[in-house]
Amino acid sequence: MEKLKYALYTGCTARESTPELLKSTLAIADKLGIELILLDEASCCGASHLQDYDDFLSLVLNARNICYAEKLGLTMVTICNTCQLNTAMTKHRLDTNPELKAKVNVKLAEVGLEYKGSSEVTHFLYALIQDFGLKNLAAKVEVPLSQFNIAPFYGCHNIRPSELQNLSNGGENPYTPTSLDDLIIACGGVNVHYEEKNKCCGFHAELQSPRTAAILTGNAIAGAMDANADWMVTPCPLCHLKLDVQNHGASKALGRDVKLPVLHMPQMVGLALGCTPAELGLNHHVTKVDFV
Amino acid sequence: MESIKSQQVTFKVFRFNEETDYLPYYNTYVLDVTHEEVVLDILNRIKWDHDGSLSYRRSCRHGICGVCSIKVNGKGILACKSRLFDLVEVFGNEIIIEPLSTKRVVKDLIIDKKDFWDKHASVKPYLVSEIEEHPASEHLVSPHDAEKLLEADYCIQCGACHYSCPALAINEEFIGPAAFAAAYRFSADVRDEASLQRLHTVNEEAQGVWDCVKCMECAEVCPKDVNPIEKITKLHNMVFEAGIAKNNVATRHAVGFAHSIQKHGLLDEGELVRYSEGNIGVMKHIPEAIAMFAKGKIVMPWNMPKSKNLDEVKKLIKSSSTVKF
Repeated sequence: MEKLKYALYTGCTARESTPELLKSTLAIADKLGIELILLDEASCCGASHLQDYDDFLSLVLNARNICYAEKLGLTMVTICNTCQLNTAMTKHRLDTNPELKAKVNVKLAEVGLEYKGSSEVTHFLYALIQDFGLKNLAAKVEVPLSQFNIAPFYGCHNIRPSELQNLSNGGENPYTPTSLDDLIIACGGVNVHYEEKNKCCGFHAELQSPRTAAILTGNAIAGAMDANADWMVTPCPLCHLKLDVQNHGASKALGRDVKLPVLHMPQMVGLALGCTPAELGLNHHVTKVDFV
Repeated sequence: MESIKSQQVTFKVFRFNEETDYLPYYNTYVLDVTHEEVVLDILNRIKWDHDGSLSYRRSCRHGICGVCSIKVNGKGILACKSRLFDLVEVFGNEIIIEPLSTKRVVKDLIIDKKDFWDKHASVKPYLVSEIEEHPASEHLVSPHDAEKLLEADYCIQCGACHYSCPALAINEEFIGPAAFAAAYRFSADVRDEASLQRLHTVNEEAQGVWDCVKCMECAEVCPKDVNPIEKITKLHNMVFEAGIAKNNVATRHAVGFAHSIQKHGLLDEGELVRYSEGNIGVMKHIPEAIAMFAKGKIVMPWNMPKSKNLDEVKKLIKSSSTVKF
């Protein structure tokens, strides 16, 4: 297989509140022989909130990020669902609207850049599944996760709206997603079925609507617990922050104690590939990862 | 002639009669389904051939009246538009048929949509305009202005998005995606004169657009491709453009991103929370901040990472900003 090479858009969270995500991403890329070039020039995607304030500005900034992947001639991979949504949405809007693209390029020209539309944007989860391949990954598993019931938590912004996401996620159906389940199985684990796996964690309303956010987080963890999961796994650091850090608030809002260790997708893959807990940053979790 | 393909499908149908039943239950029917049949055909066959007491709404059979919306395996659909073969492809051959909201059932698949209609009415979903009784000429809308309505005009008030919205399921005050789409539809109309009034309605805390959780369920479920979340974003933008955005945690949460990006390129997570909540409001996050700090999850201001070529970002923010707060 030709060596896979991508431009990595880390997003902000992986450089701040979830350092373990960046660490584990780089660790498994190294193990699998995938080359990741960090896009250090990239700025924040706006996380859908800058978009609420100033839509045009968010288009310009996201287009600038993609420009740097285009300069490298590489596909951009994201490791945050919300980065994926906002970047893919920008790309789609510019690629389908020449007038808007021209308007954005007038601004980008001021800093010597041009958005062409030549780089694809895909989440690392889907790059692993579609480009590296589940069979190839399964062949590299050194420590099968066979003793664990693992609850996949997909995160909204990788699967909805499907019309946009299907351009890069292999046609995943948001009502019956399978990618993360398939990845769990490839790692030797047992995938757990529960109703909340493709539902919202509440992250984006956390400050302005804390009760709504806490109940959604609680429902997700409770669903996984009731389905007998030992731990959860998610491809989204924002979901991770809700599920890992805020289970106290969720328990209070729900009137029931909810708590499960939550791994980032690359941490789960890393465990199966035989990476050490330190290489995967498991010490950075607020809810203790007590099974390794 | 094309040959008729058929397959066996198991249907579990939600049943409840508020006058006689204490709890809901499910009836199971195993039927041969042909490739042409939609869910409404199956409901009719169950009613006509098996159990005349099954109740559901139906009217136009053309996907335009919006009354036959129900849920199949948790997904909101129009019964008259959704082919069984397509659903079986996604969900397998056990099809669970339920009302849009099990909390609001009157009988079987029929729900009381009062909450939907009340919220819809609250945004004045009609054109408000002083019109002369005998106008001298037509009030024409240019194609350019008509385009601004996007697809908001296609809404048939079926309620599929309303009863799929997780924010609404928890916060009963929340106006919800269908009514927001209607609010946008009329506020974006150049002939309308009540835009500001509507924007005030959707700008209120708890009920307004700020409580949207951005799950994209509404965009996904809509059978008419209205894309309500896109209209919710537009309403956010219009609130800022109209200069009526209040200085509160929700608005500062949006504006704070621009501040952070201006300074670092990246988002300063801690500063965003402090700026959004204010110096007093931020106190409630302290226990969480301590737990995160202990695990190396908080970057100190002096260690805040910055984007490379930050001057480009600063320049673009200066030249491309379109609103002020």
